[in-house]
Amino acid sequence: MKTNFYILVFAVTAFVFTSCGSSEPKSEAAENTNTSEATASHGQSGVNDEFSKPDVVKVAVGSKDHTTLVAAVKAAELVDVLSNSGPFTVFAPVNAAFDALPAGTVEGLLKPEKKADLQNILQYHVFVGGLKAEDLKDGQVLNMVNGDNAKITVKDGKVQINGANIIGSVTASNGIVHVIDAVMLPPAKK
Amino acid sequence: MKHSIINKLNMNKWLTFFVLFSALFVSCTGKKKAGSAVSGDAAQKVYVAPGKYDELYLFNSGGFSGQVSAYGLPSGRLLKVIPVFSQNPENGYGYTEETKPMLMTSHGFIPWDDSHHPQLSRVDGNNDGRWLFINANNTPRIARLNLSTFTTEEIIELPNSGGNHSSPFCTENTEYVVGGTRFSVPIEGDLDVPINSYKQTFKGTLSFVKVEKEKGTMNLAFQLLVPGVNYDLARAGKGVSHGWVFFSCYNSEKANTLLEVNASQHDKDFVMAVNWKKAEEYIAQGKGKKTKAKYAHNVYSHSTHSATSTMLEDVLMLDVKELKDICYFIPCPKSPHGCDVNPSGEFIVASGKLAAVIPVFSFKKIQDAIAAKAFEGEFDGVPVIKYEAALAGEVEKPGLGPLHTEFDDKGFAYTSMFVSSEIVKWEVATRKIIDRVPTYYSIGHLCVPGGDNKNPYGKYVIALDKITKDRYLPTGPELTQSAQLYDITGEKMKMLLDFPTIGEPHYAQAIPAELVTKNQVKAYKLEENKHPYLTKMESEAKVVRNGKDIHIYMTMIRSHFTPDNIEGVKVGDVVYFHITNLEQDWDVPHGFAVKGANVSELLIMPGETQTIKWEPKEVGIFPFYCTDFCSALHQEMQGYLRISPASSKTPLMFGTNVAAVEKK
Repeated sequence: MKTNFYILVFAVTAFVFTSCGSSEPKSEAAENTNTSEATASHGQSGVNDEFSKPDVVKVAVGSKDHTTLVAAVKAAELVDVLSNSGPFTVFAPVNAAFDALPAGTVEGLLKPEKKADLQNILQYHVFVGGLKAEDLKDGQVLNMVNGDNAKITVKDGKVQINGANIIGSVTASNGIVHVIDAVMLPPAKK
Repeated sequence: MKHSIINKLNMNKWLTFFVLFSALFVSCTGKKKAGSAVSGDAAQKVYVAPGKYDELYLFNSGGFSGQVSAYGLPSGRLLKVIPVFSQNPENGYGYTEETKPMLMTSHGFIPWDDSHHPQLSRVDGNNDGRWLFINANNTPRIARLNLSTFTTEEIIELPNSGGNHSSPFCTENTEYVVGGTRFSVPIEGDLDVPINSYKQTFKGTLSFVKVEKEKGTMNLAFQLLVPGVNYDLARAGKGVSHGWVFFSCYNSEKANTLLEVNASQHDKDFVMAVNWKKAEEYIAQGKGKKTKAKYAHNVYSHSTHSATSTMLEDVLMLDVKELKDICYFIPCPKSPHGCDVNPSGEFIVASGKLAAVIPVFSFKKIQDAIAAKAFEGEFDGVPVIKYEAALAGEVEKPGLGPLHTEFDDKGFAYTSMFVSSEIVKWEVATRKIIDRVPTYYSIGHLCVPGGDNKNPYGKYVIALDKITKDRYLPTGPELTQSAQLYDITGEKMKMLLDFPTIGEPHYAQAIPAELVTKNQVKAYKLEENKHPYLTKMESEAKVVRNGKDIHIYMTMIRSHFTPDNIEGVKVGDVVYFHITNLEQDWDVPHGFAVKGANVSELLIMPGETQTIKWEPKEVGIFPFYCTDFCSALHQEMQGYLRISPASSKTPLMFGTNVAAVEKK
């Protein structure tokens, strides 16, 4: 599983990044057309950079197992945030993990009016700091970006966070992505 | 399940998303230029016509460069780099005999340090434009710059500290500038201890440096011995909270390794409230202890145009474990950085780098909690006030990675968010978020002109950004960092301008220009020059041998040196060029360079004397010349120095426009 995932991720990211080359923009028509109002300016995710290793967002984007997560990150407007210098440790649930949620959950969260809830859940999957799998210790508590704590357990060499299994890890330019097999829900607010 | 999601979702949205997605990440056609994100009248708002003055000075720290840079606002024009903690090839600071003592410490000469927080002096809680203080982060020091000359006049080292980060924030009337240990270290007794004995042996100190009212001379009045955590930033109280200073503290876990993880374990770290007037009372009662310490105090005189470095040997220490009512901890979520006091002095805003809220503490509630002993316990002998007892309220969901807050003149606060790379504007009274704007990219500190004053100037907020990537023409791997100017006069913040900076613009302060321009010195008066090697007029120019030492008393004026022909100097001699600029005219410095100079060049202001040491190693004729284009005949401003073999009998001779005259 782990090996397969690695191969997959690297194949996809290699494709993404070798295909960049010197391709020219197809259109810059949207640029500089409006001088009286604020014009759009891209955040760090829009930086054109053919040299750097993929950041945590691009690692996820490069994985076919993370399309739901990527869509959610986009909907929650966290793409620029996660393209910042970090370092971030992202616990990235696979599509199947989202599929396992009660019917309608994901659709509901992707609605614009649920953006705050979606952000809260996604931010519960991010830790500021670069934690390799071997840095994670049994009983360790991580205070996640949304402010809530998540707990690490290590049993027979298998690392879990809140019961979700880490099934693979990919180093990114601004941190590390641990692939997990379940979506973590933040504890209910007191 | 997945199919069902897609079916239920708005297909258009998905299409749009995938088109964008593939454009950006797969086909990489997103090689687009950054948009400007500015509105149409931005150019007008930052345009300062040629020959016109800017409205404000912005004093930016140089971060890892160790210097300060002065910019004009709103234009963003760089006016000057002022050397402070690092040698500066532009004007010889830290190279010349006169300025080398400025960089002396108890560890010897330090050519390069790291400067973080400029702090303008204040009277009654408002900037007065006289001095600018800044900290050396690495080898703990505080410098005082004189804003009439834009030069560093004084540097005091802080002993018993392992990194002076929370510094040099000043009290309401510049009674004190403070320093706090970023890296706690063993201070008393055996210093050769295992690093993992941190919890038992490491301590922090908070330094209170007294600033003399008229001349600004600094003196380390006392230090507080405090628990061994990391002291990060500070602000003094003002108005109702005058007499107190608030320090943010992280690493309450007392970790000594991998702080990235191990110092993020506790849900709350602390803000430390320090009652310095109480400390003064204890000192008056003789309760401080004089303890041994070794630290340098360096002072530059514009009369002798020279610095002196004095090593001091003791400091007054107050142990806050014993003198309990000086310090109180207030729990504060997740590794607080900024610890900022609003204009009235009532609210203390702490920004936990990893916190999901911004707590706003009330000074009145803190006082009430202390009176009622509303403590949840003690941390290393210091009472910990209950969080709720000190709290006015929280700013909810402000953004990610809150770092630092400043205030405008209309009751609003502006907090920088590193992780989400934005500035968030919120109302102090209601703690409601009003607006947010992105920064490009990764903002650290921010600055509102007068934003730490009782009466902020407002009008702008300046974002100090760490990362610029594609914002400017590329310059190889090392890219500039940037400052971004936003108009805050309306409800919505509007980006006006960004401009590159020197080193890291770690923090900056801005001040209305007239508070600084009214005190400007145009040149140094020659008749007030008390330099021991002054040459007041050309007829006093001379070359003196003292054993191996050759002292050249030289003058410079448009467009020649006196003397400009010098002979009789030998290999093995040590030559000191003591050069006086005789000009008494605004903006006519002269430079000096001599071939093979291993130390530096000189840049000498009108009326000033500066010295470089030069050791000839080989026989020959060595030209020297003026390096600052001073006049129509600048290119003629030159001279020759003849170096003879060590055994030579050539007599010492010198002159200008005469055959070199033998010294009698």
